[in-house]
Amino acid sequence: MTISLNVNGISQTVEITDGNTPLLWVIRDLLDLKGTKFGCGKAACGACTLHIDGEAVRSCSYPVKLAKGKTITTIEGLGNEENPHPVQQAWMEEIVPQCGYCQPGFMMATAALLDKIPEPTDADIDRNIINVCRCGTYYRMRKAIHKAAELSKSIETVKSENDA
Amino acid sequence: MKKKQTWYALFLAFVIGLFAVANYSTDSEEYSPIPTAEIAKEETPFDKMMRVLTHERCVNCHPNDNIPKQGNDSHPHYFGMARGKANMGFEATKCTTCHQSENNAYSGVPGAPEWSLAPAQMYWEGLNRVEIATSMLDPERNGGRTPEETMHHLTEHELVLWAWNPGVDANGIPREKPPVSKEDYIKAVKQWFEEGHIIPSE
Repeated sequence: MTISLNVNGISQTVEITDGNTPLLWVIRDLLDLKGTKFGCGKAACGACTLHIDGEAVRSCSYPVKLAKGKTITTIEGLGNEENPHPVQQAWMEEIVPQCGYCQPGFMMATAALLDKIPEPTDADIDRNIINVCRCGTYYRMRKAIHKAAELSKSIETVKSENDA
Repeated sequence: MKKKQTWYALFLAFVIGLFAVANYSTDSEEYSPIPTAEIAKEETPFDKMMRVLTHERCVNCHPNDNIPKQGNDSHPHYFGMARGKANMGFEATKCTTCHQSENNAYSGVPGAPEWSLAPAQMYWEGLNRVEIATSMLDPERNGGRTPEETMHHLTEHELVLWAWNPGVDANGIPREKPPVSKEDYIKAVKQWFEEGHIIPSE
């Protein structure tokens, strides 16, 4: 089975025998993007969260055949060291990670949240960010999510001023 | 003396025997079970349809508290998931964050087209079968459907019929199917509607 998809702005074509192979393994093993993590394999912990057409999705439970023609964003495509996404910037400023394993999934879930709700309340965060962190970094993550919202807002303000 | 004792013993045995026979015949008349085949024969299309619609996993997606339920024990959906504004979860974490258009045999996450909760007014949780049937025929509570549209929904919608293709759970164990076969259920629903969709009083 041949599957074409766009990953982080690059068109990719993969050959796969089993179309039900989780997208996670195609991203990690075939496309060599190791930022997206395997956690529970049951769509429960959220470590494998990435974006498909702008929506947060658990990639361990998403058959690659359904990704045909879709636009995928992984943590590598969210931003980079030189030009971090506001969520990544906030994560660094608040020194959120401990072991770090689950953090890409949290950052992808947060980026999706800010896209829908630019200034989330604590209740919005509680409803939407349901990933699991075994190090218990939830308190710092909450601060970082609010910080990311502020950073995003200031970027938007600068953009608007430059456009005017 | 010996003869008198013999007669007494014979009389006693006769009386005991009489009681035993009388009791046996009463028991067998009162408690003889109705053969299972006869019960099945007497089941009406309404009975058959409602055996499916009142199944735990059917009611799980018709909650009365905006919280989807899971499994045969109907526990609240893990992770604090709830209805959200459009019956499909929250703004960024939706049903489709985990549930796709088909079952996933690797993760055990169930899926079907239009995976979502039934709208709030279509709650069945806590209702008996007569109340469920009444709500199904009430346009205020069935999404404005005519009886014919309701019949089509019940017999053709992919999410409804997913009940007979529920896949496996996270441990690879097949989920329980409804207690009536898909074919018999569809036949029963159609017959109930064609015969005037009469709701029996209970």
